[in-house]
Amino acid sequence: MRIGRRMFLEGALIAGAGVISPSLTTAQPSKPLARQIPSSREAIAAVGLGSWITFNVGDDTALMDECAQVMAAFFAAGGHMIDCSPMYGSSQPVIGYGLEKLGHPKSLFSADKVWTSSGASGPEQIERSRRYWGVPRFDLVQVHNLLSWEAHLKTLIDMRTAGQVRYIGVTTSDGRRHDLLEQIMRTQPLDFVQLSYNVVDREPEQRLLPLAAERGIAVIVNRPFQQGRLIRRLARDDVPEWAAEIGASTWAQFILKYIVSHPAVTVAIPATTSVDHVRENVDAARGVMPDPAMRTRMVSYVQDL
Amino acid sequence: MAQWWSYRPADLLLFSPRVYWRMFELQNAQMWPLALLTLSAGFAMVFLVIWRPKDHGRWIAIILALLWAIVGYSFVWNRYATINWAMAYVAPMFALQSILLLIVGIASDGLVFTQRGFAGWSGLVLIASALLLYPVLPVFSGTPWRQMQLFGMAPDPTAIGTLGLLVLARGRYLALLFPIPVLWCFITGLTLSAMGSGQAWLALAAVAVVLTTGVRLALLRRSPPNTG
Ligand SMILES: NC(=O)c1ccc[n+]([C@@H]2O[C@H](COP(=O)([O-])OP(=O)(O)OC[C@H]3O[C@@H](n4cnc5c(N)ncnc54)[C@H](OP(=O)(O)O)[C@@H]3O)[C@@H](O)[C@H]2O)c1
Repeated sequence: MRIGRRMFLEGALIAGAGVISPSLTTAQPSKPLARQIPSSREAIAAVGLGSWITFNVGDDTALMDECAQVMAAFFAAGGHMIDCSPMYGSSQPVIGYGLEKLGHPKSLFSADKVWTSSGASGPEQIERSRRYWGVPRFDLVQVHNLLSWEAHLKTLIDMRTAGQVRYIGVTTSDGRRHDLLEQIMRTQPLDFVQLSYNVVDREPEQRLLPLAAERGIAVIVNRPFQQGRLIRRLARDDVPEWAAEIGASTWAQFILKYIVSHPAVTVAIPATTSVDHVRENVDAARGVMPDPAMRTRMVSYVQDL
Repeated sequence: MAQWWSYRPADLLLFSPRVYWRMFELQNAQMWPLALLTLSAGFAMVFLVIWRPKDHGRWIAIILALLWAIVGYSFVWNRYATINWAMAYVAPMFALQSILLLIVGIASDGLVFTQRGFAGWSGLVLIASALLLYPVLPVFSGTPWRQMQLFGMAPDPTAIGTLGLLVLARGRYLALLFPIPVLWCFITGLTLSAMGSGQAWLALAAVAVVLTTGVRLALLRRSPPNTG
């Protein structure tokens, strides 16, 4: 389904991206595009930072310092959300190390997950994760891959009521379990939902993204580059010259601009080990964003490659 | 519907190859010069097998038990488990192998290293790959020398070298000592193949050699003695 002009405008309003007009639009050059979290109207930079594999470096101090440098560049560029999970090996303590080293930047939006089949051990796991990060509380806790989601959501709703977490959500990836996800989005009081979406995996455009806009649920897009495979595949060809119209000079920016210009999308969270890449990624949320006509052009160009 | 079949082995990899290979660099640096000692222990066991002095079976079992404890604790538990939570469940298997080696090796009818012929050659090939081939793998993979995998420090050559020695052994409870090193070779083979590393084949080939030798020995035992 293409995004109609009406949905684009409505979505832009719902997602709080008031800066986007129906034609090619320009955001402030200094700050990356910010989207509003529907449930609170809080603004958040549209490109965040993932940590799967990239931040799982154990206690290798040289690599931990490299991760801290990536985080420093991320915050310096204007990024907010860092996403992690207890599933990601040492990534949580590595993020904690980086935050400590950077003096706990105020702009951090901490997003973690609960990932255990036992509902009863959820609170304990969340507390352990919080200590690894060294934050007073998480901004967002999500149920990872919908694992034991009923029990964990109950815990998270109670925690949100008690002010122990600001937002709650659920995650899935690679198009898995979208039927269940849709059912949860329809029935549960979620602030966030996390799913995979990009210029080639566009199934969420059919139902999930419109549903998120309708229900006022913020959308986090994971795996924007298909773990790097999409960029490597596209890199066999040059970025089209017309991509300069939206300020995309690389395939990474081309993909990210496509994602974050969907009105229902709140944040895309690419992961990287590289300072240059993190800057390039956050920069994708700057400048001109594609309008519906440009988005259609982007899809057909990639399809024809 | 968890759609588990939609996962590829690479989807289950929690770490990058770079972080994986750097573990050996850190292990070698931290354990130096103990690494020299464990490698020498490997060669010492070869001499024990060749000369078969009194109690050689016990000595080999004790040395192997020590090495499994060292690798299990210093590498699998302290290092690998930090990037792969599944290793927290695998590390106790190294402790168990160490205990089994002690029990089976020290028992009065423990291990004797008398196998020759096909089994002898199989064992020799496995031991040679563990002691001599693994340390020079960086030449083929183009990784730094500092990341070499040494017998008694890194799990793969330790498991393969142990299998080589066990193939040369006879003993009542010998069979108890095979499952854990074989399982490790499977685990590491799958991990390395998910990482796209050709080294996966070394560990899987080691299992194939052990199985072939086992089957051959079993067949020989079944066939009637050749009385001429
Ligand atoms: N179920 C879930 O909850 C779930 C599932 C999957 C992912 N996630 C979250 O989503 C995040 C993102 O997904 P992902 O890490 O799987 O994959 P991804 O972000 O699609 O891809 C990461 C890969 O892209 C490369 N990359 C990043 N920026 C680049 C650039 N500008 N140019 C070229 N290459 C670039 C990185 O390599 P370099 O290091 O070389 O830059 C890295 O190998 C995860 O880290 C995780 O936080 C959540």
